[in-house]
Amino acid sequence: MSDPFPELIDTRSLRIAIDDGFNWIVAHYGEPLEIAFLPILRMLIATEDFLQWLPWYVVLIALSALTYLASRSWKTAAGTAVMLFVIGVIGIWEPAMATVALMLISTLLAVVIGIPIGVTMSRSNTMQSVALPVLDIMQTMPIFVYLIPFVMLFGPGKIPALLATIVFAIPPVIRLTNLGIRHVDAEVTEAVTAFGATPRQRLFTAQIPLAMPTIMAGINQTTMMALSMVVIASMIGAGGLGYQVLQGIQRLEVSRGLFAGLGIVFLAIIFDRIAQSYGRRMQQHLNIES
Amino acid sequence: MANGETKIAVRNIYKVFGPDPRAVMDQVRAGVSKTELLEKTGHVIGIRDVSLDIKAGETFVVMGLSGSGKSTLIRHFNRLIEPTAGQILVDGSDVLELSAGALRDFRRHKVSMVFQRFALLPHKTVLENVIYGLAIGGTGKAQARDKGMEQIELVGLAGFENQYPKQLSGGMQQRVGLARALATESEILLMDEAFSALDPLIRNDMQDQLKDLQARLHKTIVFITHDLDEALRLGDHIAILKDGELRQVGTGPEILLDPADDYVDRFVRDVNRARVVTVGSIAQPVSSIAAGEASVETLRPLLEESAAVVLMEEGRPRFVITREMAADGRLGGLLDNTVTLPGVVCVDELAMLEESFPSLTGSNDAIVVTKADSIPVGVVARKTILNAMIRHRA
Repeated sequence: MSDPFPELIDTRSLRIAIDDGFNWIVAHYGEPLEIAFLPILRMLIATEDFLQWLPWYVVLIALSALTYLASRSWKTAAGTAVMLFVIGVIGIWEPAMATVALMLISTLLAVVIGIPIGVTMSRSNTMQSVALPVLDIMQTMPIFVYLIPFVMLFGPGKIPALLATIVFAIPPVIRLTNLGIRHVDAEVTEAVTAFGATPRQRLFTAQIPLAMPTIMAGINQTTMMALSMVVIASMIGAGGLGYQVLQGIQRLEVSRGLFAGLGIVFLAIIFDRIAQSYGRRMQQHLNIES
Repeated sequence: MANGETKIAVRNIYKVFGPDPRAVMDQVRAGVSKTELLEKTGHVIGIRDVSLDIKAGETFVVMGLSGSGKSTLIRHFNRLIEPTAGQILVDGSDVLELSAGALRDFRRHKVSMVFQRFALLPHKTVLENVIYGLAIGGTGKAQARDKGMEQIELVGLAGFENQYPKQLSGGMQQRVGLARALATESEILLMDEAFSALDPLIRNDMQDQLKDLQARLHKTIVFITHDLDEALRLGDHIAILKDGELRQVGTGPEILLDPADDYVDRFVRDVNRARVVTVGSIAQPVSSIAAGEASVETLRPLLEESAAVVLMEEGRPRFVITREMAADGRLGGLLDNTVTLPGVVCVDELAMLEESFPSLTGSNDAIVVTKADSIPVGVVARKTILNAMIRHRA
């Protein structure tokens, strides 16, 4: 047998140190953190309850109308209506609404946190060179790895599921906000500066509006990634369609897994179409001939 | 128009790009070449020791090919770029010493800019673009709207105020750019290759429009271009820049007729002088005297100090006697027999050489250059005109 890799340091004690350190954080900050995230939990549950309380046809009409507003196409709107109808027909309406709630809240929070980070990154090359590798790690690290600390901190439940989803889904919106702002026509930013805009005015009157199509693409990707996280998040108590898939695995019920999977695909298509067609129309609107 | 006061004074501006520009300034001042500095230290010289005086109310054109540093130079005037060394005085105060807040005020009220590729905000309407400078400066909505509409009418875009920039043609978009710059009522207008992206015909229209506006508004305009024809058309003074160094500053005819060096000479070689040089700029001084008082005694001293004497009758030039005609004691004979003198051909001093050609055919000798229709201000011989048309060799 070939030589094993030499033991340069004692990894056992290193691992114990990391674990102990984290345990200390859990012991000292677990409860305050849980209290701090309570409002978010309430918001998530309220959204979920509200969506499940709404009669199915109201949700169907509202989402179809939203699709039409974004795409200005009857066909796409009808597609949304049909897919939502099928979700209802195959009996997964309630878990689907729970999934939509988780997706909406995690996307909302990812956007609220991600856009300012992206803006900061766009302003400083140092920030960018620090943040890019971190984002790379966040996107390549297997998702299960950050489930562990979240579960330790909060115990299984909706909060760790939500936070893990946000961490997993936030990189695209940060990246594309940064990219979008950096690619805004330099002459336009120069022009608003030349007319005496403050950095804040420059950001809100020129950079963000002009970067909006790119930022929207980021939000779209974030939405899709949040949705792709639901199955894994259900393992730590997120509920919804992911939980149905999980049950399908546990009980070896192909039909349950298939229906829930179909529901996830339909939701993905619906939200992707809404975001994409909205982004495309905005792009056309902003496109300048030069 | 130009009242002679210096509006913008540029004093020994240097701009060096690179990791530590200040560290290499000594070498730059000592005159190290561009390539040597780049090889040794990785620094690039953008502007080297440029000094300019731009007068209030004039159109000052900075001309150079791409890479000459002209766009870098104009961006120093409103500090979009900070110089490595030097001073920029506007109305006598140093722009480089302005605090961030004062600089914003300076940009909002004192100086505005028009860009090559228009740089309009695509998500705002024409009116919103025009009043952009006012809006961010905190001018009230109604007032800004009124001022904006005024400018839109001034540049001939009335009726388009609610359109979006991409719905307009290039020329119209640049009019929006111009209206936006005019709306802040700043005294200084920086125009960075403002018409270079436009079709030739539209470009001519825009140049005419700018001249019209300038005749009414008397702004101090700094205009950047790589197009010599444009420079000659618009500029009261022209500065020629090469590799970040100033090669020559002067009026259009000065640069054409007396290029400072080989580079400028090659630059102006292909210009049709007949369309650019005015008759007045090559005229020689002339004296005038009422025809009734003309005699050998009165004319001789006048002919010594000027190239020709115009004999006036009823306040209009009647005859012209040049020094050559009067040589060898022929003056007496000429005066005795004025019938043999050729009639006078007059040309306005602002006429281009080209416009004097028809008059040349009608005169054997000199053409009288006049202003205000009948006041003689100079005389031009046919030979002088031909000489001016021939390119000078340095």
